[in-house]
Amino acid sequence: MSQRTALHAQHLEAGAKMVDFAGWDMPIHYGSQIEEHHQVRRDAGMFDVSHMVILDLEGSQAKDFLRKLLANDVARLRDPGKALYSCMLNPEGGVIDDLIVYYLSDTQYRIVVNAGTREKDIAWMQKQVQTFDASLTERSDLSMIAVQGPHAREKMAALLPDADAEAALGLGVFFGRQIGDLFIARTGYTGEDGFEVMVANEQAADLWNRLRDAGVQPTGLGARDTLRLEAGMNLYGSDMDESISPLEAGLNWTIAWEPADRDFIGRSALEQQRQRDDLRRFVGLVLEERGVLRGHQKVILPDGSEGEITSGSFSPTLGRAIAMARVPGSIEDRVEVEIRGKHLSARRVKMPFVRNGKSLID
Amino acid sequence: MSNIPADLRYTNSHEWVRDNGDGTVTVGITDHAQEQLGDLVFVETPEIGNTVEAGDACAVVESVKAASDIYAPLSGEIIEANPDLTDTPELVNSDPYGAGWIFQIRIEDEDALEELHSAEAYEAVIAEEE
Repeated sequence: MSQRTALHAQHLEAGAKMVDFAGWDMPIHYGSQIEEHHQVRRDAGMFDVSHMVILDLEGSQAKDFLRKLLANDVARLRDPGKALYSCMLNPEGGVIDDLIVYYLSDTQYRIVVNAGTREKDIAWMQKQVQTFDASLTERSDLSMIAVQGPHAREKMAALLPDADAEAALGLGVFFGRQIGDLFIARTGYTGEDGFEVMVANEQAADLWNRLRDAGVQPTGLGARDTLRLEAGMNLYGSDMDESISPLEAGLNWTIAWEPADRDFIGRSALEQQRQRDDLRRFVGLVLEERGVLRGHQKVILPDGSEGEITSGSFSPTLGRAIAMARVPGSIEDRVEVEIRGKHLSARRVKMPFVRNGKSLID
Repeated sequence: MSNIPADLRYTNSHEWVRDNGDGTVTVGITDHAQEQLGDLVFVETPEIGNTVEAGDACAVVESVKAASDIYAPLSGEIIEANPDLTDTPELVNSDPYGAGWIFQIRIEDEDALEELHSAEAYEAVIAEEE
């Protein structure tokens, strides 16, 4: 029996097609995945992401713990509310999960991890935190609604009392804080501006309904995936996992090598990998012919070497297929992708593919 | 509830078949199938002139979500493929029994048509799936 979020009845009422996702009964779409995708790019959409895991970390050594646990460095966070994206690595340098951590104070952080990795993440963190004066609390009392799109922030703010609206609209990019009853963060997984809002479970349906009445389109996990892919954002389990180094998943930018004496878990493995010259590259591809790129399709380079697509789909914004792929070091601009036995030509492009509603592809 | 026209024949794999009365049939996917697949973004139609056996995978429809094979409901020769699906695959969603048809076959054995499901029988196939 799948778990249900506090918004389950809202999904059914909106005509959602429900699917199992990481043990949760979640909406894949409410009629048309492509329309929902466009709605987020052009106006505003909302996602129930209550299946994700919110953890509060508190204690005098909370910061020291995170500096050990994460490949990115929370010491970079100086302004309260500032968020950081990071990988949590195993000692071999593989990715246990990717996460967002919000800096509330030197002794308080809020962490959001993926639903599909809940048990192993919590077990790993609990194991690592033992030697620190800090403790983790799962906030299953909170739901999370992501409100995304060029008009998302104003539509959300219009539902708040004046002072709260001002505070919400005053949030800088990648900042989050408690505003009234809500924790509001200017973060997301779509490549659009917007908020991720954490709300008490018992208030979630009311907030959802008010957003809906304000014209915010309920958007399913299907569109969430095409939006994040266009935005060049990795998906855990597809683009990286415990056997993949962040150096081979396009996540070099999330590793804080300095200061050199910060001994985070996985560091020595990454230091060794970094010396190698045979690391695979993580690249964006656009299919030059008709068809759809999908995870696990073979990518063939001009020299005959092979790589693999890690996630791919049809891009509703670009009207063509796009993908992320892991390929041997010397990638050319032109490659071929094997689809049902045929070789179709594809072009390497810089990611993201789309940002703030606009194509970044020629 | 999905639309199942009474004058068509159906397969377990959710293709519909229209008898054109001249030894040819038109094939597409049912309303139920398009609804399950979601928004279609690509259709690979069969090559005209190919010979197919009943049950052969001979076309592919791709939604945002996944690719699905379309099977030849009857044996014969492919004589037509819907050219409009190249640019507007979404016709399969909006008009699965009309403008969203996928290909036509000159069938070897007209009696074989009778072995396909009636609308009623197909309705039972769907009911069993759900």
